[in-house]
Amino acid sequence: MNPKTFLAMLRRDAHVARRNFVTLLLQTLFQPMLLVFVFGKVMTSRGLIRPEYKGMLLPGIVALAMLLSGVWSVAMPLVAEFQFTKEIEDRLLAPMEIEWVAVEKVVAGMLQAIAAGFVVIPTAWLVMGSGVGLSFSHPLEFLTLTLLVSCLAASVGLALGTSVGQMHISLMFSLVIAPMIFFGCAYYPWSSLSVFPVLQGAVLINPIVYASEGFRSALVPRFPHLPKPAIYGALVLFDLLFVSFGMRQFRRKAIG
Amino acid sequence: MDSTRGLRPPLFLTLESASERTAEMAIGIRAEDLTKVYTSPPPAAAASGPFGLGFGRRKQKQSDDVTALDGLSLEVAAGEIFGLLGPNGAGKSTTVGVLTTRIRPTAGRAWIGEHDVWQERVPVKRLIGVVPQRPNLDLALTAREILIFHGAYFGVPAAERERHARELLDRFQLTDRADRLVLGFSGGMLQRLSIARALMHDPRVLFLDEPSAGLDPQTRLLLWDLIRSDNRRGTTILLTTHNMEEADALCSRVSIVDHGRIIALGTPAELKRSIPGGYVVRLHLAAAPPPLLASFERLPGVTAVRASGNGAVDLYADRGGALLPEVARLSTEASIEIRDVKISEPSLENLFLHHTGRSLRD
Repeated sequence: MNPKTFLAMLRRDAHVARRNFVTLLLQTLFQPMLLVFVFGKVMTSRGLIRPEYKGMLLPGIVALAMLLSGVWSVAMPLVAEFQFTKEIEDRLLAPMEIEWVAVEKVVAGMLQAIAAGFVVIPTAWLVMGSGVGLSFSHPLEFLTLTLLVSCLAASVGLALGTSVGQMHISLMFSLVIAPMIFFGCAYYPWSSLSVFPVLQGAVLINPIVYASEGFRSALVPRFPHLPKPAIYGALVLFDLLFVSFGMRQFRRKAIG
Repeated sequence: MDSTRGLRPPLFLTLESASERTAEMAIGIRAEDLTKVYTSPPPAAAASGPFGLGFGRRKQKQSDDVTALDGLSLEVAAGEIFGLLGPNGAGKSTTVGVLTTRIRPTAGRAWIGEHDVWQERVPVKRLIGVVPQRPNLDLALTAREILIFHGAYFGVPAAERERHARELLDRFQLTDRADRLVLGFSGGMLQRLSIARALMHDPRVLFLDEPSAGLDPQTRLLLWDLIRSDNRRGTTILLTTHNMEEADALCSRVSIVDHGRIIALGTPAELKRSIPGGYVVRLHLAAAPPPLLASFERLPGVTAVRASGNGAVDLYADRGGALLPEVARLSTEASIEIRDVKISEPSLENLFLHHTGRSLRD
C-alpha cells in the first residue's frame, strides 16, 4: 500500500466527479424523484395509496439510489477502462500493488453511493411533504448501514465491471438488475410478501432486500422489517462475497 | 527481497557516449528464458481487438493456446537505446508486457536493474516509464491534468509536478492544447502526450511499444528527436518497432524477434554486414525451375539464391541493379517471364528476410 498513490487516485476520481457534477446529480436524483413524486405525492394525495406509504417508500428509494449510483459509478468506467480506453493501465503501472487500484475503485464508489444517499433523503422528504415520519434516533445504526450498503454497491460494481463485456453491460442492467430492483423490497416491505410465501423465501437471495429493509429498520422502525441480525449478517456476507469475487476478477483482468 | 536467488545478477554496462546521469544512474534490463503461453485471449497490454466479451470466452480449447514467447532472453545495457524488431505477432508487445509487470510469464525471469520484475513489482514500477502501443490516456482529463495526476501517482511533490508538466508540455509542443480534454487530440498529439506522461516521474528505463506507428513523417522525426534527447539524459530505452528505418535511426543495438524468440542481435551496422552479399534482389518469376536458380547462383557476386514458392526468388548479392541485365538474359534464355523485380539495399528489413524468409510486412 502506498498512501500517496492511493490518495492521488481518489483525488483524480473526485476531480472528475466534480467536473461531471450536474450530470451525476441528475443521474442520481431524476428517477428516484419521479418515483417519489408519483407514488409518494400524487397517489397519496389522491387517496389511492394510504399516506403511511410515504414512510415505507423512502428507505427503499434511498437504498436503490445508493446501490444504483455505486454500482454504476464503479462498473461503467471499469468496463470502458479495461476494454476500450485502457486507461486503467496508467493506474496499474503506478507504484502500488494492483489490488489497491481495485480497493480505490471501491472506496470511490462507496463515497459516490453515500453522496447519493445524502442527496436523496432530504430531496425525497421535501417532495413528499408532511407525514414521512423519519426517525434519526439510531444514528450509529444508520451510519453502519450506510457503509455496508455503499460497500455492497461498489463491490457489485467491481464484480460486474470486471466480469461483463461492453456489449453485455446494458443487457445485464435490464435483465438482472431491473428484476432485482423490483423484487428488492424497495417499494414494499418484505413482510407484505407473506401472501406469496414462495416468493417471500426466494427474494432472500437478493441483496437489495437487506438494503431496503435495513434502511426501513433504521429510519422508520415503526414499520415491520426483517430482524436486525439477519439484515446486518446478510449485508456483511454479501459485501465479503462481492469484494472477494470482484478482487479476483480484477486481478485476472489486470495481469495477463 | 533477494532478487538473485542463485542466478547471476544482471550486467551493468555503461555506454561511453552517455551523459553524466548515465554514468551514475542508468540501469539495464535483463530477461532470461521468457516463455508466455496464452490460454485465454491476451490481456489489455497485448490484445489487438478493442472489444473483448466477458461471456463464455474463458474456457478455451487447448488448441487455441498461443505461444507468444518461446524462451526469449535479452540483455539491454544501461543507457542504450535497444530495439526489438519484428512483425506483428512476433511477441514484442508481450515482451514489453512481461518487463513492465503487466503480463505474467509462464516461465523465465526478468530484471530491471537489480530488481526482479515479478518479485519486486512496486520498486520496478517506480523505475520504468511505459508508452503503450495504443494511447491509453485518461479521457476525462485535460493534457495538463493527465501529466499532473500521473506525477501524483508517483508521489512527485505538487510544485514540482506543475513545473515538470509545464516543461514537458512545452518540449512536446502541446502547450497550446494543455488545458483541453484529450478527447479531440490527433493521433500524433496523443502519442506525444503518452510519452510526456511516461516521463513525468523521471523513469530510468523507458519502454516504447511501437512509438511511431500511424504517425506522419514529420511527427515521427520529432518523436525520434525527443527519444534521443531523453536517452542523452541517461534513460535506458527499449523500443519495439516493425519499422526497420526507425530501428536503424534510433537504436544502438537491435534484436530481431520472430515467433517469440530472438533470431539475431547486434548493432544495426553489424547486423547489416551479416547479410550475405548485402543486397537482395527479389524476383517474381512466372516459374522458378531449379536449372534457372542454379544458373542464377553461378552469377558473379551472387552469394545465395532462395526460392519461396509461387515464383518468388531472392538473390543475395554484392550488387543490386548491376545484376539485372544478366538475370534478365538468363530468364529469357529459359523462357521464363519476369513479373516483378525489387532491389533492396542492405537494411534491417533484408536482414529479417534473410533470417526468416519472410518480409517484415508479410
